[in-house]
Amino acid sequence: MDHSAQYCTFWVDGLFFGVAVSEVQEVLRYQQLTAVPAAPEAIQGLINLRGQIVTALDLRCRLGLAARPADALPMNVIVRSRGEVVSLLVDDIGDVITVDTTTGGGLELEPAPANVPSIVQDVLVGVIPLPDAILLVLDADRAADVTAVPETTGGTA
Amino acid sequence: MDDDAEIIAEFLVESHENLDQLDRDLVELEQQPDSRDLLSSVFRTIHTIKGTSGFLAFNRLEALTHVGENLLSRLRDGEMALDAEITEALLAMVDTVRALLNSVEETGGDTAGDVDVESVVAVLKALLEGTARTGEDPAVDSEEPPGTATTVIPAAEVEAPSPAIEPVEIPVADEPADASFVELVETPAADDVIDAKRGIVDASVRVDVDLLDSLVQLVGELVLTRNQVLQRTEGDEDIELVRAAQRLDLVASELQEGIMKTRMQPIGQVWSKMPRIVRDLAVQLGRDVNLVMEGHDTELDRSLLEALKGPLTHLVRNALDHGIETPEDRIAAGKPGQGRLQLRAFHESGQVVVEITDDGAGIDPQTITRVAIQRGVITREQASRMEPREILNLIFQPGFSTATEVTNVSGRGVGMDVVRTNIERIGGTVDMQSQVGIGTTCRVRIPLTLAIIPALVVGEGDETYAIPQANLVELVRLEAEDRERSVEVLAGAPLLRLRGHLLPLVSLAEVLGRERPESDALTVVVVQADDLRFGLCVDVVHDTQEIVVKPIGRQLKTLPTYAGATIMGDGRVALILDIPGIAHSRDVGQHVANAARTETRAAESEDTTALLVLEVGGGRRAAMPLRDVSRLEEFSISKIERSGGAEAVQYREGILPLVRLAPAIGLVESVREDDQVSVVVHESESRLVGIVIDRVLDVVDATVVRSEVGRRSGVLGSAVIQDRVTDLVDLDAVVSLSGLGA
Repeated sequence: MDHSAQYCTFWVDGLFFGVAVSEVQEVLRYQQLTAVPAAPEAIQGLINLRGQIVTALDLRCRLGLAARPADALPMNVIVRSRGEVVSLLVDDIGDVITVDTTTGGGLELEPAPANVPSIVQDVLVGVIPLPDAILLVLDADRAADVTAVPETTGGTA
Repeated sequence: MDDDAEIIAEFLVESHENLDQLDRDLVELEQQPDSRDLLSSVFRTIHTIKGTSGFLAFNRLEALTHVGENLLSRLRDGEMALDAEITEALLAMVDTVRALLNSVEETGGDTAGDVDVESVVAVLKALLEGTARTGEDPAVDSEEPPGTATTVIPAAEVEAPSPAIEPVEIPVADEPADASFVELVETPAADDVIDAKRGIVDASVRVDVDLLDSLVQLVGELVLTRNQVLQRTEGDEDIELVRAAQRLDLVASELQEGIMKTRMQPIGQVWSKMPRIVRDLAVQLGRDVNLVMEGHDTELDRSLLEALKGPLTHLVRNALDHGIETPEDRIAAGKPGQGRLQLRAFHESGQVVVEITDDGAGIDPQTITRVAIQRGVITREQASRMEPREILNLIFQPGFSTATEVTNVSGRGVGMDVVRTNIERIGGTVDMQSQVGIGTTCRVRIPLTLAIIPALVVGEGDETYAIPQANLVELVRLEAEDRERSVEVLAGAPLLRLRGHLLPLVSLAEVLGRERPESDALTVVVVQADDLRFGLCVDVVHDTQEIVVKPIGRQLKTLPTYAGATIMGDGRVALILDIPGIAHSRDVGQHVANAARTETRAAESEDTTALLVLEVGGGRRAAMPLRDVSRLEEFSISKIERSGGAEAVQYREGILPLVRLAPAIGLVESVREDDQVSVVVHESESRLVGIVIDRVLDVVDATVVRSEVGRRSGVLGSAVIQDRVTDLVDLDAVVSLSGLGA
């Protein structure tokens, strides 16, 4: 069995996230957004990705974190989710890292610690304690589900 | 005859394709002779060709394939084993079938004498008989008289279109063919026939629908890119670049048109099934129905055609079950015993309209009301406030069915709401009209295509939005002064007086959850969704454009405001407004129903008249029937010319004589401060007359109680209109007094 996995990493409000590379389509700089009035708060707008309309979702807002400073332009992590393409707006893009449990030793996906806010826990597959940081592995599907966000009290599937 | 030709062409294309497959199958079969799957596939192909050729009366083709089929059925059932000899014979059969098909294509018949059918049939038969003798004694076979293959027809095949044809006779009959056909044949050698050009086959290609869909997508992108390029090159100094852009424009437009056409299919495809459905239902329900279909060749996008199939079938079923009565009932009601069901399709303003009309019992609004109340669809109070038309449309409510008995055709309480849902899903509308005892018409409107639609682009704040043209009724621009006069607020609900009717207003800014912008002027886009009509107040109206409708993510699908999104010429995303969604979410439905009621009441009752109320002679009020007013115009005073003592203006390439209303009805002409005159254009015995007034005040529906007060030359009397005494203008007198009338 292959114990290595590749993650595309990024930062959101100081948190170090990763999404399995197989779920990531591409990473883009800031794109012009078309606002969607009356949409859930986390929906920042729509972007034109080579003719495809992609919903852009602010992860800070989605995770209940502090709003991004007005002068900081977010980056787009374009992920595939349930047959659609969704853009996750993040602060900064990191490297693609390979977590190799066979050589790293003990680097296994652990469940999210219980004291992490449930709104964050809900979108995590788990965490990987890297030597220099803790990688929060994001479940892109759950992160992209925002219609249910306002009322949910943390019902993970 | 054209229909026949079409069917034959289709048959040829299909058969040629099948034969290519057959060749491969047979060769493969030689490798694995006991593959049931391959044998079944080969059997099916030959069976299909046999069936269709029987139906189209290609007797030689049918005879040949019949024998081949018998042989194949034995192989399939394991009564015979495939060997080289049989394979050879089957391949020879396939070649001969091809030759016959070519002959059909070239001459219209399969009777060309140069195709040697008989020897192939003989070989096949010999093989068949060979087994009959050495066969492992199946009872059927032993009973079979030598030389015939009839009795081995497998049971499954008995339902083939023409089992009655005796295959024995045909090979013998040397077809004393139609002389005309024979003459046409250029007698190529048999081998050449096989290679002869396949005009029909070459002229059409079957294409994967997914591929077509992706082409449509790509063309959409191309159109958008073209828009971008055009916008950038506009006014550019590089002439070559501008020319190239114009070429791109042309080519892209034509390409778009062409690609859209590939997806267009005639509605006849759906209709072809109707005669059978109607016949079966008529028998089942004891009805006598004459089905009339018009507009077979009306084309629409194939995806829409697919989506339309179910609802149309349902509506036809309904028309038979609930609409058309039994012959006895019809005769008792004084109608001909045979009912008439009409399907009509046509294009109308960029939409396809399909009408299903029956001359049956019609729908009784009272029955509907009673059932609706009984089932709790509406309350009694609501019912009392509803228009007959609204009541009719209650049948589209979920859980509604008025069938007194549940039949297995319809009347299970599901159906019409599903019909409506399905039609609305493809951007269409459905509407019922019915007269008790006379019949019912169901009108379905659907867009031609879903992918690219014309839309009005409007601006609100910094964003642009698109409103589908299908929802658009008109644009109204109100300047500050008009706005004060025409917009009223009724219990918090803004209403616009538009030609005497009240139109609920919805501010787009509010729909979008923003503050209503304060401005003096008002731009109203009058839109219609189902039977709801309302005015959408927007900031700016840009222009109409062809837009490519693109889906929006699942996170936004629950929002009622948007139907999708599109990409504008500058590459930015614009949202497409969902007019029915906005209407329902803003709850303007009720207001509109009220407004519609005023409208119908005004139109229906005879004692109210639509009146144009105007000001004349410096503050005096006068009124004239609106139906006598052709147009309202404003002319600059400098335009007024004189001819003798009469005044006139040049108007629509003619001369419009002017009558000043004030002196004509005994008032003093007021002194105008501006240099414009307001003119009511009145048509009298096909001549136009312009009546000069001070200004138009309003259009009202009023019950006119005429009083003799103020009766004088040019005035019929007076009436109280809008709480004020108003002169009723005697138009005929005014016109004739001025010496202009007849």
